[in-house]
Amino acid sequence: MREPVLNVNNLGIRFGGLQALDDFNIHVNNNEIVGLIGPNGAGKTTVFNLLTNVYAPSRGSINIEGVNTMGSRTHGVTKAGMSRTFQNIRLFKNLSVIDNVKIALHNGIRYSFLESVFRLPSYWKQEKKATEKAMELLSRFDLDRHADSIASGLPYGAQRRLEIVRALATDPKILLLDEPAAGMNPSETAELMANIRKIRDDFHVAIILIEHDMSLVMGICERILVLNYGLIIASGTPEQIKNDPAVIEAYLGQQRGE
Amino acid sequence: MTLLSQIINGIQIGSIYALVALGYSMVYGIVKLINFAHGEIIMVGAYCAWYLIARLNMPAWIAVFFAILLCVILGVTIEIVAYKPLRNSARISLLITAIGISLLLQNLAQLLFKADPRMFANLFPGSKPFLGLQLTNATLVTIAVSVVLMAALSLMVSKTKIGKAMRAVSEDKAIAELMGINVNTTISFTFAIGSALAAIAAVLYCCSYSQIEPTMGSMLGLKAFVAAVLGGIGIIPGAVLGGFLIGVFESLTKGFISSNLADAVVFGILIVVLLIKPTGIFGKNRREKV
Ligand SMILES: Nc1ncnc2c1ncn2[C@@H]1O[C@H](COP(=O)(O)OP(=O)(O)OP(=O)(O)O)[C@@H](O)[C@H]1O
Ligand SMILES: [Mg+2]
Repeated sequence: MREPVLNVNNLGIRFGGLQALDDFNIHVNNNEIVGLIGPNGAGKTTVFNLLTNVYAPSRGSINIEGVNTMGSRTHGVTKAGMSRTFQNIRLFKNLSVIDNVKIALHNGIRYSFLESVFRLPSYWKQEKKATEKAMELLSRFDLDRHADSIASGLPYGAQRRLEIVRALATDPKILLLDEPAAGMNPSETAELMANIRKIRDDFHVAIILIEHDMSLVMGICERILVLNYGLIIASGTPEQIKNDPAVIEAYLGQQRGE
Repeated sequence: MTLLSQIINGIQIGSIYALVALGYSMVYGIVKLINFAHGEIIMVGAYCAWYLIARLNMPAWIAVFFAILLCVILGVTIEIVAYKPLRNSARISLLITAIGISLLLQNLAQLLFKADPRMFANLFPGSKPFLGLQLTNATLVTIAVSVVLMAALSLMVSKTKIGKAMRAVSEDKAIAELMGINVNTTISFTFAIGSALAAIAAVLYCCSYSQIEPTMGSMLGLKAFVAAVLGGIGIIPGAVLGGFLIGVFESLTKGFISSNLADAVVFGILIVVLLIKPTGIFGKNRREKV
């Protein structure tokens, strides 16, 4: 059953004189994997920043499972069911790997501070459950043996995986991945990309995947949106995108420019 | 013998510095502000306890409870009213605001209670023999209470949900928020804890030093600030170690060199730390991110 989880209409933002994104629409159903591609500076990351209210959109509407999240605080967006990773890794570098995950998990654990003081036994039981859940998630991504290391000490690829684990720990309905394979070696990249469909199936999330490399996205995504200079220049199945003259022009034009 | 007793005196005042330094350090860790109004929270706590005990004849424990409550409310209110609107402004504006709040509270106290010192009756009279010394109960209670509070605090910060939220917010507010943490609540909570510790420190201080006056918070606050810097500001174990070290240095100077030099030694330590290792004992030597 496909139901919409994300509806975005007419989203836009200006940075000074630069219209970084304009008239952006996207509709994502549950368990769908949508690719968001485009040349450098096209506005891909800006889309994620607007969806999570890191930047306030100049206009448009954002709806997560029927909840309007325009103008709500970022933590409200997380509670509504959206979670993301970053192009430039942003872990809590000085905290342990497991604490990075538990901080995200705690969002789903409903107890107030007073409860934690007055109901200590159940509080520690919850803590224990959080630890178990965190370890389960970590082992799913082959990170359990690093649980007690400081996050900044992890190898690069492992840090990228930890960001995904942390994002999943908030129990999202839609997961935004911003170039999750950037900086990984080819074998790590292949492994991660193969994993993305499994993430979708195991965690029942919809995924929007930003990726530079067209061929990578083609294999995974059911639908693809192509951005250039802040505008959607094409959208459709990988097959349609591959043969779209505007897309070819955008990518070739960029290669010529580089 | 005198050496040992001076060291114990040092640990006693040092544990009070440590409690206050924790407030400076936690607040700095989370909002990168040196909260110069923190010393005045001590003063307010002291006056509140004094007023309730000496004027309204309340039982001490109720007075202490209300002193803590008042300080928590005051600390959180200052943050929300004065600091929060400036969170994204230049840090110097925040600092000047903090100094302004500090002066405001000091002068308000002078207006309400007059500038002359008041006597604060020791809540823990008497003494006990210990290692061949006669230690006052106030000393023993001060050290015991501080150690218990510091242990509880470190447990809270490392193990509980709110403690993890505090560490997350101090490291990266934007990401903490994306993890579903309410950043404003977490910051308020940090001010609340710091203020509660300051209130308790105030009562413990008064039990040993028996005098309170509107300006009492500034010197106590400054020394605790030096302690926080010595240990590494923003770092919780650093505040504790710094507090004890400053207390012991000060006490040894008083006992073996001259009472008049004690303050000079404390601020001398600040200068030396700033020259040699500005990030403090536990601080990492790294450039500040801008
Ligand atoms: N905070 C900001 N202030 C000003 N300009 C910005 C800001 N954020 C992004 N931009 C500009 O908006 C445009 C789109 O940037 P964005 O980061 O979304 O690109 P991108 O598609 O993610 O590119 P890349 O593939 O390099 O990651 C760029 O020209 C960028 O310089
Ligand atoms: Mg980008």
